[in-house]
Amino acid sequence: MKKIFSYTDGLTKKTTHYCPGCTHGVIHRMVGEVIEELGLRETTVGVAPVGCSVLAYEYFNCDMFEASHGRAPAVATGAKRCRPNLTVFTYQGDGDLASIGMAEIVHAANRGEKFTTIFVNNAIYGMTGGQMAPTTMPNQRATTCPMGRDVEQVGHPIKVAELLSSLTTPAYVARVSSHTPEETVKAKAAIKQAFQYQKEGRCYTFVEVLSICPTNWGLSPRESNIWLEKEMMPYYPLGVLKRPEDFEGETDGGN
Amino acid sequence: MAKVLMKGNEAIGEAAIRAGCIHFFGYPITPQSEVPEYLSRRLPEVGGLYLQAESEVAASNMIYGAAGVGVRVLTTSSSPGVSLMAEGLSYIAACELPCVLVNIMRAGPGLGGILPAQGDYLQATKGTAHGDFNLIVLAPSSVQEAVDLMLVAFELAEKYRNPVILIGDGMIGQMMEPVEFPEVKVGKPLGPTDYALTGCKGRERRIVNSLYLDAQKLNDHNEKLKAKFELITENEQRWEYYNTEEPFDVLLTGFGMMARICKTAVDVLKGEGINIGLFRPITAKPFPYKPLRELIDRSKRVLCVEMNMGQMLLDVQFAAEGTVPIDFYGKAGGIIPSVEDVVEQLRAAIAKAGGSRSGK
Amino acid sequence: MAVTEVLMAGFGGQGMLLSGKLLAYAAMEHGKEVSWLPSYGPEMRGGTANVTVCVSDDPVGSPYIIEPVALLVMNQPSLEKFGPRVKKGGIIVVNTSLIPITADRDDCTVLNIAANDIAKEAGTARAANLVMLGAYVGWSGIVDESVTIAKIEKEFASKAKFIPANVAAFKAGYAEGAKMKGGA
Repeated sequence: MKKIFSYTDGLTKKTTHYCPGCTHGVIHRMVGEVIEELGLRETTVGVAPVGCSVLAYEYFNCDMFEASHGRAPAVATGAKRCRPNLTVFTYQGDGDLASIGMAEIVHAANRGEKFTTIFVNNAIYGMTGGQMAPTTMPNQRATTCPMGRDVEQVGHPIKVAELLSSLTTPAYVARVSSHTPEETVKAKAAIKQAFQYQKEGRCYTFVEVLSICPTNWGLSPRESNIWLEKEMMPYYPLGVLKRPEDFEGETDGGN
Repeated sequence: MAKVLMKGNEAIGEAAIRAGCIHFFGYPITPQSEVPEYLSRRLPEVGGLYLQAESEVAASNMIYGAAGVGVRVLTTSSSPGVSLMAEGLSYIAACELPCVLVNIMRAGPGLGGILPAQGDYLQATKGTAHGDFNLIVLAPSSVQEAVDLMLVAFELAEKYRNPVILIGDGMIGQMMEPVEFPEVKVGKPLGPTDYALTGCKGRERRIVNSLYLDAQKLNDHNEKLKAKFELITENEQRWEYYNTEEPFDVLLTGFGMMARICKTAVDVLKGEGINIGLFRPITAKPFPYKPLRELIDRSKRVLCVEMNMGQMLLDVQFAAEGTVPIDFYGKAGGIIPSVEDVVEQLRAAIAKAGGSRSGK
Repeated sequence: MAVTEVLMAGFGGQGMLLSGKLLAYAAMEHGKEVSWLPSYGPEMRGGTANVTVCVSDDPVGSPYIIEPVALLVMNQPSLEKFGPRVKKGGIIVVNTSLIPITADRDDCTVLNIAANDIAKEAGTARAANLVMLGAYVGWSGIVDESVTIAKIEKEFASKAKFIPANVAAFKAGYAEGAKMKGGA
């Protein structure tokens, strides 16, 4: 009989702790497959964040750090700068990356650190029980904005991919989604492209993955997918926002 | 090697290189900015890495990352910056990684001032950050000793896989003194790095982590850290006795540059035929309680002098266990107690002790 | 304990920190123990700057000195601040080119040196700090003239065109100091 699907060597066989319907598992799987397909597992060091994916070090089948809240890009900087031959990635959620760790992510990107960030944006704080995130949508309810996000009070959701794209330093910046099989195929291609650029020592690489949180959104997985497409995607448009090729021939300061 | 005249901050940077450390992450802050300035120039010459972080928070996490992949790494800062580094230090200590931090202390609290002070003694020795962990704390009192202790700092950090902090005040960072450096050890490999994340080729994957959701496991981890510090306490105490051969009524204590000013005060009174014993911890942690107690038991009274409002004083009181009265004299804000000030305080202590046994 | 504490003070940019460094270098050449402790911070950028150099036969104890045995001052605020603190029997070198008053100390030797004028004659008014150093060295003999000149040449090695004027300024100051010692 022909085997058409199996475990990826990029992930351990440990069962994840994620809620039913959560797309963290899918995103883990994509990263794991990419690491395996590019033959990087034995040279990879991942950095897990604080948030829902705090236990990611249990699931990625490579050397792993557990960082403090928001500091994964700083930890990754220390690791990659001291051992440039390693493949280094951070895996971060929206609270970790876009709130407490905003300084670290912006400066890592601006320095052109040669590692990869997988940014999972589900517009909510998941692990701590559904509080407002910097990426929570206008009028979206959360436990710390029970009447919905009031943009007059707390500002608008932060578009991290656009923000990082505005930096002059060359980078690969893409936004993808994980809510349909079709988008997942594209998402994996973007993640693979990011790791490929890192392998070539090209530039900082960043992939924002729109993700659902049925538990804290209070919706079924199916409803969540619809909500993501209707509410999030218009505000967070998918696509490649920046690639290193854009800068070739324009600057000699990119390396 | 011939002696060279060097600023404390620059000498500390060079000493790190001589100790084989060629990786530095940090953030500028007065009065220690000459360390990053010096290393940004020097490290590229020896094939090393200098990186200016966006903040001390980031710097402390960069050294966490660097230590975690098994390289020798240094960061330096001054008081407010060290407060921001507290986060990284707790994680590094929890993960049992080696690294060295230098705090060239300035006057606090808050933004305070940029002049010399010793107000971070308790921060370094007692409550650096959240959780039960211990730093090894070294307190040099000259530029040469700062250089020598930098080498010790890396050795201890690696021997015990524990962060080591060297505390000096702004004076030691800014002053120039002749120093002699040990032979170059650039490229000296780290000891066993069976903890380091280097890619899992040919071995089981490794995790550098301080999260233990199981209470018993976390308790066991704390017990392990405690046992390690007990071992450090047993093996690594360093201190200096000065002018303690002959009898004295008053014992003087201080650390770092302040102890050096105290030394001159002792010499001044010795010139008048008055004997004062001086005790100086070199390891502020593990604090040499027993060696201090031996001198306390020979004295009628103790005077503790610091450039703060009484921090090492707590350790001196702990050592004395209430057996003798302890006087304290301290100045903060950048005011340095002078030799004359200390002599005056000593005379008062002698009077209270009821005269002093004289020298010869 | 033969310790000589020299306090050098002026406005930031007048070069007293450098004069202190040169004295420390020269003393090291003579096998002495030294320390060089500057004031630091915003003061260095336009405010008053001072440095205390200790020269000793034994390891230097406290480098932090309230009452120096020698004071070299480039400006009036420094003279007013530090003049009264000089140890009895000490020496005060006053730059009279810039200071309209003199040291009111009967119990000290006071050298009145028109440092800027002498320096200008030697080639550059910017070397007034070296005239001051020269006067003190010439008067005290704490280090040799030739040893100090060698240190000046080394210090300015990367800016060789400045060496002649700076050495000349030091020598001119040295001659003044030595002359006053003879006359004292």
